[in-house]
Amino acid sequence: MTDFLLELRSEEIPARMQARAREDLARLFAAELTKAGLAAGAAVTYATPRRLTLILRDLPDATEAVAEEVKGPRASAPPQALEGFLRKTGLTREQLTERDGVLYAVTEKPGRATADVLAEAIPAVIRAFPWPKSMRWGAASLSTESLRWVRPLQGVVALFGEQVVPVSIAGIDSGAATLGHRFHHPGAVTIGSAADYVEKLRACHVIVDQDERAAIIRDRATALAAEAGLELVEDEGLVAENAGLTEWPVPLLGRFDADFLSVPPEVIQLTARVNQKYFVCRDAGGKLANAFICTANIIAHDGGAKIVEGNRKVLAARLSDARFFYDTDLKVPLEEQAKKLDRIVFHEKLGTVADKVERVASLAMWLVDAGVVGTPDLADKAYRAAKLAKADLVTGMVGEFPELQGLMGGYYAAAQGEDEAVTNAIRDHYKPVGQGDDVPTAPVTVAVSLADKLETLGSFFFVGMPPTGSKDPYALRRAALGVIELIQVNGLRVCLTQPLAKSISSVAGVVVGNDLGDAINALVAARANAGEPMSRGEINALAAKMIEKATVGEDAELVERLGSMANERLINFFADRLKVQQREAGVRHDLIDAVFALGGEDDLVRLLARVRALQSFVTTDDGANLLAGYKRAANILKKEGITVAPAQAGAHVSGDQAASPEEADSGSRLRGNDGGLSYTPEKDEAALIAALDAAEPAAADAVAREDFEGAMAALATLRAPIDAFFDSVTVNDNDPQKREARLNLLARVRAAVHNVADFSRIEG
Amino acid sequence: MTDISAPRPLSFQAMILRLHQYWSERGCAILQPYDMEMGAGTFHPATTLRALGPDTWNAAYVQPCRRPTDGRYGENPNRLQHYYQYQVILKPSPPDLQELYLGSLAAIGVDMGLHDIRFVEDDWESPTLGAWGLGWEVWCDGMEVTQFTYFQQMGGFDMKPVAGELTYGLERLAMYIQNVDNVYDLAFNDAGVSYGDVFLENERQMSTWNFEVADTDALFDLFRKATAECERSLAKKLPIPAYEQAIKASHTFNLLQARGVISVAERQAYMGRVRDLAKASCEAYMEKNGWAA
Repeated sequence: MTDFLLELRSEEIPARMQARAREDLARLFAAELTKAGLAAGAAVTYATPRRLTLILRDLPDATEAVAEEVKGPRASAPPQALEGFLRKTGLTREQLTERDGVLYAVTEKPGRATADVLAEAIPAVIRAFPWPKSMRWGAASLSTESLRWVRPLQGVVALFGEQVVPVSIAGIDSGAATLGHRFHHPGAVTIGSAADYVEKLRACHVIVDQDERAAIIRDRATALAAEAGLELVEDEGLVAENAGLTEWPVPLLGRFDADFLSVPPEVIQLTARVNQKYFVCRDAGGKLANAFICTANIIAHDGGAKIVEGNRKVLAARLSDARFFYDTDLKVPLEEQAKKLDRIVFHEKLGTVADKVERVASLAMWLVDAGVVGTPDLADKAYRAAKLAKADLVTGMVGEFPELQGLMGGYYAAAQGEDEAVTNAIRDHYKPVGQGDDVPTAPVTVAVSLADKLETLGSFFFVGMPPTGSKDPYALRRAALGVIELIQVNGLRVCLTQPLAKSISSVAGVVVGNDLGDAINALVAARANAGEPMSRGEINALAAKMIEKATVGEDAELVERLGSMANERLINFFADRLKVQQREAGVRHDLIDAVFALGGEDDLVRLLARVRALQSFVTTDDGANLLAGYKRAANILKKEGITVAPAQAGAHVSGDQAASPEEADSGSRLRGNDGGLSYTPEKDEAALIAALDAAEPAAADAVAREDFEGAMAALATLRAPIDAFFDSVTVNDNDPQKREARLNLLARVRAAVHNVADFSRIEG
Repeated sequence: MTDISAPRPLSFQAMILRLHQYWSERGCAILQPYDMEMGAGTFHPATTLRALGPDTWNAAYVQPCRRPTDGRYGENPNRLQHYYQYQVILKPSPPDLQELYLGSLAAIGVDMGLHDIRFVEDDWESPTLGAWGLGWEVWCDGMEVTQFTYFQQMGGFDMKPVAGELTYGLERLAMYIQNVDNVYDLAFNDAGVSYGDVFLENERQMSTWNFEVADTDALFDLFRKATAECERSLAKKLPIPAYEQAIKASHTFNLLQARGVISVAERQAYMGRVRDLAKASCEAYMEKNGWAA
């Protein structure tokens, strides 16, 4: 058993790509070895800015010899068949093996030297390497087919045991020599084998193990902070990034001018982190301290004094920029900033950010007025917070650091003396941003956050731009998930269709009106050609007329129809998002489908209560058997073409969804027979009728009380009568009256079950 | 700077002379600045056009850069609307480009035993030139002092072969070497002339003109004329004059931006126009030389 070492040395590999590159190197090599029938005992990978390394332990020295057997004709076959087989294999009759009367050609394939396999695998892996971005370089790049690598590849160390595996790629010959640290040991280092690789390089000021470098940075930075009487603000992302930027990390602590602490701490931390990759520290009171920790890549002759001084200056320049932005922003009230939002296009079809803000503000106020969020006295605060929530987008600070949106608005709102609830809402209204983020609970914040997301969803769905596949440029999936979480965490009772309809209607007229604008454009062009160009005022007046026409005039119907289509698509979109979100909570997606399929159920809190009750019910014996009975009934009805309005059971929820004429017909055909039977029912038939007579109102009552466990219990009483009915009663009776009545009974079963969910969507 | 035996740091002009000397000794043609206004040394035809094509090309030069919106009326110690870049272009990129570069830092007095030099990922892209490349910003003690790029495309053409480009920010480097906090305090030479003596009044007046005075009607007119002249030159198969007009249009657009008369929506259209002209000039240059595919 022998170890293999491969080091691919290049110019500096971006820090963010190193972890993935290690995985890819191990994966690609394992695949090449598997192809050759080899497997390593273990694989270790390392990455530094200048090298990507793989060590494979305990490889056999050669692949196993394998015997390949090709089946030929039977020994008794005619001579032509044998001749053909001999020609194909190139063997003589004597070389064939006979077993059970069949001839076989057996060829021994000798094992291959592992070193040879490796010599082929190395260039194959290098050429196929999936860098997220790669480049060509040097004289060879005269051809666009020249080798691509993340940055110019400089050297290859390939040792199997102590032997060099000879490969040549892009003019580089493999060998045993690499380079040490760029400044501490720029000369060659000869590696003996995988066994001494790590230590030989350590002696040349290169710590090849990224985890060891990360530990040094973490521990030393923590210790430096402690020595200064401070506490390090931990940041694992920054630890990894600095480990990816250094071969010999040396954390150093510096101080910046305490005057800069007048700038919000988040700004200082972000500047230090994003622009300079520095850590920051807290003082004993938990406040941001005027200290930073940078990570150098050398042991400087002066202990790092000049490095710290240089870094301090750079940070000071950055912080003075930030302070300039902050002080400048503070001088302008948010109302004034908000006015500038009419210069920022939200989306070409959806107007400016100012337009969006207006829509969000009226929706936020509606959510409060309608009692969905908070108490009615908060409506004005919700409106004001929404009006100011986006104002920070035009501030200098957010221009510089877009990730501070919201947060800066909160600071500026507090500075101009806004109400605390308004300030908090401005600060937090983007939340929750993705899973795991805090979900707001303060009512004003919830109203603005919800309105912001619903407005975005309504608008983009109205103009027909839902996410497709992996493309979701407006983060609509995240917005929908945010809505779901806000509703769940705060237990908000709202039929989603309503705010969505409101959001859609406020943008719909504008969009349709603008779409009609082609006519205006033609008119403008015609007038310009005629030498009588329209004034801006004239054009605006025309546009306003179009929008008005779209909203209240002859196109109002079109607007409404498009709006309700968008609403329907959105509800389906929410159903999908809910399934994804609930999957992690262990909720079955088919049960969510079963409840959504009722139609009209768009109150997420009630919907999930239903789903939960359903999930515990279908796992019981009663549930499973009722489901089986239901499916049998539904299949018979389906064969007979007896459908039921899907909204029937859920109709009590929205109340206004009329069944289509067809569905109403099939329903009435059955209901027409309800009055009484023209024959004496069989015993189990009568029992089922009685059970339904009892269960139907009980289930409906329970549903109306939102007692879904109660509704399930009521349905459970049907289980035994249904089983008995199917056991002893013939549905397909020769007497058409009996047949019709029994089908009617099955339809009642189905309808009763649909009080709770469309069981046909349940799997199993 | 307390060590009295330490050599006096290089003045601004001495630093430039050292760089000239260094790159001259390494086979570069030392060119003079291009005599047109431009936003970056990359716009110089010695980079944009000469980077194209298969021939060997090694050159170094100083290029004054004008970025009207960066003007601060001489009041900001770090920001200028007119500053200098030192530009090196080497085609094909030599195998030891990083070592050559570090040698140039040593030549202007950066002690790599005392200072932390780092190559930090920074991919370069110029939509205006239809160009992109991979490389780094080079940090010295946390300060970006150079943009180091391996061009992969220029004018929409794949580089065959790839050129290496080094762009030194001269003022930043000098502030660093001289240990000065304000750009206007830099020693321009060793005879008592400061950077402020040379440029402070220039920054004040040019900021005022860029932001407040420049005649926007005349600039719009200039933009139109430059684009028209570019197209006329292209029609006559004269890529170099055409490219000059593209540069002119680009700078005129920058001035219009500084005057705040171009709306967000229009901005894209103007940039697209300049990009089309620059790319067309590169295409014409390739064709003229018989390199177009």
